Amino acid sequence: MTSHDSHDAGHGNGEHAHMPFQAHHFDDPEQQFDAGKLGIWLFLVTEVLFFSGMFCAYALYRSLHPEVFTFASQYLNEMLGAFNTGVLLFSSLSMAWGVRCAQLRQRTGLVVCLAITLGCAAMFLGVKAIEYTHKWELGLLPAGEYVSQFLQTSHHEGLSVWLYILSAVPALCVVGFGGWYVLSVVQGNKLKAEVAGPLMVTALCYFLGVFVGIVFQNAEAASHAQHAASAHASDSHAEHADAGHADAGGEQTSEQVATAKLVSHVEPNSAPGSPTLAAVDQAGGAGVFFSIYYCMTGVHAVHILGGMVVLAWLLVRATKDHFNEEYFGPVDYVGLYWHLVDLIWIYLFPLLYLIK
Amino acid sequence: MSAVITQPTHSHYESNEADNFLISSKGVLSWALTLDHKRIGLMYLVGVMSAFFLAGILALVLRTELMTPDQWFLTTQQYNQVFTLHGAIMVFLFIIPSVPAALGNFLVPVMLGAKDVAFPRLNLGSFYLWVSGAIFFLSAMLYTGLDTGWTFYTPYSTQTRGPVVAATMGVFVLGFSSIFTGLNFIVTINTMRPPGMSWFKMPLFLWATYATSIIQVLATPVLGITVLLLAAERVFHIGIFDPQFNGDPVVFQHFFWFYSHPAVYIMILPGMGIISELMSVHCHKSIFGYRFIAYSSIAIALFGFLVWGHHMFTSGMAEVTTIVFSALTFTVSIPSAIKVFNWLATMYKGTVQLNTPMCYALSFIFLFTIGGLTGLWLGALSTDRHLHDTYFVVAHFHYVMVGGTLVGFLGGIFHWWPKMTGKMFNDFWGIVSCWFVFVGFNLTFLPQFVMGSRGMPRRYARYLPEFQEMHQMSTVGAYLLGLGLFIALGVLFHSLRRGKKAPPNPWGAATLEWQCASPPPYYNFETPPTVNDPYDYTPLVYRDAERGWEYVQPVTASKHVSHS
Amino acid sequence: MSLYGFPLLLAERSSERAPGSSYWFPPQASTFAQDVDSLYMYIMYISAFFFVLIVVAMVWFSLKYRRRPGYEGDSTALHNNALEILWTVIPTIIVVWIFAKGVFGYMDMMTPPAATIDVNVTARKWAWTFQYPNGAISTELHVPIHKASRMRMRSEDALHAFYVPAFRCKADIVPGRVTNLWFEPILEGTFDLFCAEYCGDEHSNMITTVTVHSEEDYAKWLADAAKPPTDIEAHGLWLYERMGCKSCHSMEPNKKIVGPSFAGTFGTEQKAAGGAAILVDAGYIRESILEPQKKIRDGYQGASQMPSFQGKLKDNEILALTAFIEALKDGKLTDEELGKNEDKPADSKQ
Repeated sequence: MTSHDSHDAGHGNGEHAHMPFQAHHFDDPEQQFDAGKLGIWLFLVTEVLFFSGMFCAYALYRSLHPEVFTFASQYLNEMLGAFNTGVLLFSSLSMAWGVRCAQLRQRTGLVVCLAITLGCAAMFLGVKAIEYTHKWELGLLPAGEYVSQFLQTSHHEGLSVWLYILSAVPALCVVGFGGWYVLSVVQGNKLKAEVAGPLMVTALCYFLGVFVGIVFQNAEAASHAQHAASAHASDSHAEHADAGHADAGGEQTSEQVATAKLVSHVEPNSAPGSPTLAAVDQAGGAGVFFSIYYCMTGVHAVHILGGMVVLAWLLVRATKDHFNEEYFGPVDYVGLYWHLVDLIWIYLFPLLYLIK
Repeated sequence: MSAVITQPTHSHYESNEADNFLISSKGVLSWALTLDHKRIGLMYLVGVMSAFFLAGILALVLRTELMTPDQWFLTTQQYNQVFTLHGAIMVFLFIIPSVPAALGNFLVPVMLGAKDVAFPRLNLGSFYLWVSGAIFFLSAMLYTGLDTGWTFYTPYSTQTRGPVVAATMGVFVLGFSSIFTGLNFIVTINTMRPPGMSWFKMPLFLWATYATSIIQVLATPVLGITVLLLAAERVFHIGIFDPQFNGDPVVFQHFFWFYSHPAVYIMILPGMGIISELMSVHCHKSIFGYRFIAYSSIAIALFGFLVWGHHMFTSGMAEVTTIVFSALTFTVSIPSAIKVFNWLATMYKGTVQLNTPMCYALSFIFLFTIGGLTGLWLGALSTDRHLHDTYFVVAHFHYVMVGGTLVGFLGGIFHWWPKMTGKMFNDFWGIVSCWFVFVGFNLTFLPQFVMGSRGMPRRYARYLPEFQEMHQMSTVGAYLLGLGLFIALGVLFHSLRRGKKAPPNPWGAATLEWQCASPPPYYNFETPPTVNDPYDYTPLVYRDAERGWEYVQPVTASKHVSHS
Repeated sequence: MSLYGFPLLLAERSSERAPGSSYWFPPQASTFAQDVDSLYMYIMYISAFFFVLIVVAMVWFSLKYRRRPGYEGDSTALHNNALEILWTVIPTIIVVWIFAKGVFGYMDMMTPPAATIDVNVTARKWAWTFQYPNGAISTELHVPIHKASRMRMRSEDALHAFYVPAFRCKADIVPGRVTNLWFEPILEGTFDLFCAEYCGDEHSNMITTVTVHSEEDYAKWLADAAKPPTDIEAHGLWLYERMGCKSCHSMEPNKKIVGPSFAGTFGTEQKAAGGAAILVDAGYIRESILEPQKKIRDGYQGASQMPSFQGKLKDNEILALTAFIEALKDGKLTDEELGKNEDKPADSKQ
């Protein structure tokens, strides 16, 4: 029984079929390809509907509490969001290129393209890890756990312990794939090395993402400090009026400065009669934004992870030279899936990051 | 296979006995890892019937407790857990997968003259997803018992101590099982129809399955995200559904019913498909108004997406929204009415064979008509204000789901049983079981309409003594219904051991599944079968009990009989 | 049959239906009832007509065209567009009519008149509290006849629904929202009031009554109801019955409804869920009213959580409840303790 079930891109299946890859129950390769194509499109439809539930929740709560969204969105770092958007767009390009390589039977090209796509995915997750752990540290959590940003007394310095915990898996991957790579090079097993190498690089790309995240985060904090200093000089009454804690001058930590800046930033915009900042900044208020943020980006990240598993499966098959002019369905289907995941991020980025 | 098939006779009848899919390979693993759609269908059948048995026992427990207005043997807490599991198991583990996954898996490829569904491994994967979902539910039951009702309404579901997260994960997994089955069928029907079978030459069961699959693929993901958000609400308090954190419970209801109303059509459409087949075959007459029945399936599937709000007429939606949903709800009643009238017209001047499948089909029409008509009371806004969440609703949806889907499913099982197992069942006892089911069912649920309009709220473990008589009638009926189902089960088991060998075509049906041996060989058809009009019975002639019905005149694939 | 966990209300009920009931309906006790019932019966006649039509055709066809020797079916009747249009258009016209009737009735239910008597309804697991314009509180609803009453309903925990079958009206009570519902009673008497939306363990016992008074009786009842008893224990009992305590805590020793019984516990030492000892004194009772989850008695960890009464009970009311529980320590209340013997000073037991 040789068949390929490439419809379930998110559910990698491991049977390594051999040529010819035509399943017995199909009449010809064309029917098989059409079936797979229709299958993956239907799967993408279910994915869109799956996310649409959360988009509905977003639309509903944003229309009910617009002030919550403008307030809470300021805690998202749009630089990192933009960087990640770029990374994903680039990965879509490399994926599309990979499909073309498969169709032209360019084995090396396909392997390289898949490796780049994988690397971009890992870098995306690295940046996401920085963003998440930073917010957890600040208490920017879902509604029930949300910690008010004005009442906070302790501010963390340096990297979150959560970051170390999250990074343990990629670190293990670096070690594991690295060892495997070295082993297969030593053994002279070229096929294995071609799989292990890209996977090791992928795991390393995660740390590259983490590094980029840290750099941007620090740059953001520094620029905030600068802005706040000038805002402090010109418009300090806003801080006194509301927060009542922001006159520590030069000893402020970057978060305090950021919060102070937010206060001065948001307060003039709030219309008379609209909820005060203090009302917005509480468990049931701003927390809803972060609930939706974590749900949407979290489910999206799970889809990235799923995509990485399938990409790794494609990588294995690509090194074995399974794909050619007549049989490139799986690469095509995974490509479609990857573009969808990319597309969802294209919507998430402006909806979450760019609404200040 | 682009050439027109013109073989004169149907050589598929004479397949090798050893190729019979039931015995072609042996061992537990040959079943557990099978990619054969027929074996997967049979495994589903065993699975859903076990779930049905379990939930049926729970139903009898509930009805027994309701013999008395006060406590008999269940505390209120236990009663709530039992009705929750009865509902959840029936809906998620039985009704939704019953016809599509069990009968559909067996029949869709054979009816198409294909060797298998488009994605056999995905199909097996769906089955194991179903099994894992079932395990989640069983663990929820064995752990402490779930008491949220099958609807998981917030905020009760975020407050209760029951294993809500385990149950929602079960639903999530079952949802994906359902999605993949639907996806598989859409692709199979779209791409694997044999040459000569245009859309309007498909058997109506396939139309119904196609419409069902569309709903499964489009609606179930929303259920997935809903239960995921519910689990997140419980664990992380995300404040979307929980009013304690500024969430809104009505949002949950919208999310939930956006799936769960279309799910009602996932449950009933395949039943309607079965009835279309049964009515035509056992009246030995081409189905009346083929296109109207086919289009009405699609219409029901599409309208079904627009009417979820009718579950929420009292929940405090805006008035305009409520009125719009009421209007849309009535539109969905029309295609169902069209189907019933067309089935009746099919009987006109036919040759009606009152055997077990036909008796179930006639019961279906009787019961489904009541179920459909009582929907009018609930769709009309002023009467719904009175009847919402009373026993009237309970009776209404049982008439549709049990009287409709379950009875249709049983009819379908009896109809295709000879094909699936190669054995004929005892027709007399089959008809007896049908009578018990029919009488028992009506005795159970007719009094509930009266109770509902008298004001008996549903989900009540204790009730006012004035309702006792009606409740007792209902309980007696439930036992009769249970007895009928046991007789049906006995008839089927008896046929496995003692049944006569079934001919390839015992009923004289013209759809493709009757052109291969009973039971089919594992490859279904050695050569692709000749496609002809699925409801043209003129070339079929009855030989004898051993040979069944056979074609007397050659049929060519090029013969296109138009229905328009 | 034991009456375990079952309100006395039901035990006193006979199986007789309320006067004025018909076979299908409870009494028509509000202005909506007539309208709802007539639409109900219209749909019934229409449905009966179609149902009989379908079943008669079905039976007749299956007898007339049954398979039998010498009978040959005729398979020429395959479709008939005129017929299809006929049985599409006729049901459509009928359902449009039903829809319109339903909407008119619904709009009446949703549009209260300008002047209404507003009653604040609080639903909690598993009790009702009704608060009247003059501040009176009761656990059964009392309304005057021929006057529009409007319920302004809030829930403290889960979803509930206010349902009076005799009034043919129902509305869900959604936590976080205020739901309005109005009706105008036209029949004096006492009718059932159900919770119609599943709300947990004792959902089926969340039943009370609505009493429709004549206008004079209503005014009299309202005036009386606004006065709590002066005696402290009687005040406690009064609160116990009105604030929802009654639905979870019994007044009989060792009878567990949901939470611990109030009888025979005051002054005793009980085991806490963690294993520590709890002395049931005034302090513990106060704490349990204000922060119920703080110390839970052993054996009640699995019970449904009690809501906090912080801000809902005044200090003197907590004292009254405490005195009431203390008076129950020997397992029952005497008339004397309930202040029936007026000259006994209330503070002598402290």
